[in-house]
Amino acid sequence: MASFLQRLFGSEKASKDLAKDRLKLVLIHDRASVSPSMMEDLRRDLVQVISKYMDFDEAALDVQMAEQDNMTMLEVNIPVSSVKRNAGN
Amino acid sequence: MGEVIVVTSGKGGVGKTTTAANIGTGLAAQGKKVVLMDTDIGLRNLDVVMGLENRIVYDIVDIAQGHCKLKQGMIKDKRYPELYLIPAAQTKDKSAVTEDQVRAICAELKQEVDYIIVDCPAGIEQGFKNAIAGADKAIVVTNPEVSAVRDADRIIGLLEANGLGNPQLVLNRVRPNMVRQGDMMSVDDILEILAIKLLGVIPDDDNIVISTNRGEPTVLDQQSRAGQAYRNIVKRILGEDVPLMNLEVEEGFFAKLKKLFKGN
Repeated sequence: MASFLQRLFGSEKASKDLAKDRLKLVLIHDRASVSPSMMEDLRRDLVQVISKYMDFDEAALDVQMAEQDNMTMLEVNIPVSSVKRNAGN
Repeated sequence: MGEVIVVTSGKGGVGKTTTAANIGTGLAAQGKKVVLMDTDIGLRNLDVVMGLENRIVYDIVDIAQGHCKLKQGMIKDKRYPELYLIPAAQTKDKSAVTEDQVRAICAELKQEVDYIIVDCPAGIEQGFKNAIAGADKAIVVTNPEVSAVRDADRIIGLLEANGLGNPQLVLNRVRPNMVRQGDMMSVDDILEILAIKLLGVIPDDDNIVISTNRGEPTVLDQQSRAGQAYRNIVKRILGEDVPLMNLEVEEGFFAKLKKLFKGN
């Protein structure tokens, strides 16, 4: 009852929302770590798309999952050597 | 030609065996020819849930290793003439059968019956691999709890990696009161997280414990809400379009009074 009142007056988040938020975070991590092959596929697809527009050092392309401020980020670092003249047309 | 449906979960204790027993019995009640197969070698339980523990002579290891014929290893159910149980072995371990052996047993059973319901052990090791070896379809059982949903997600990934894409979800032990109060994840919450097709929702029901005590699957209990939920699941497996039942219990005056005196 106490927790119900607390929630009614907005001082506490419903515990199921906490469960959901925690699950979403942990699953992003689980899913990414379960399939390194998915990261490899993602990397390959990125190379294909980006090389339509820019020249870059494929070996230096860095793709990884990272945690930051309670958020899961997909970090992609691509050192670009040149942009193609007709890119975007 | 029969169909092999494996019942999985990853986490233990979420109601895999109960679900397998109820789906199998429910299909038999609909006139289908069914074999329930327990692949949890070393920790067999489907026999006691079905109330058939006193009838066991041979088990899945005996069949796999050719110590008996397939038909001899199929225990006849008490209630339905065309419902059978193949029990797991209790004194051996998961390596007592191979994936090829399970695949062969499933292939042979498919010639004989309409449905083979395989009860999978908890975990993701060899026992899991054996259980899914001959499966055409998979059911994932989970509870509205963080740990069970996390494990379900892992199992869904492993099923897909093993050619069992599009498994269907049975959400077990839902407590509508807690969902309403925001203290339990709802069906929609869990479907959003797992992104999987829903086969059915089973409300938390004391009748499950009582019927398991008796060795009688709840699906046959016309008064039980969990039984109704399992009957709906069976109909969906048979291709009927059955809407989700309303989980909210209309409590009558006497039920409320009784609760008051019981102090819960």
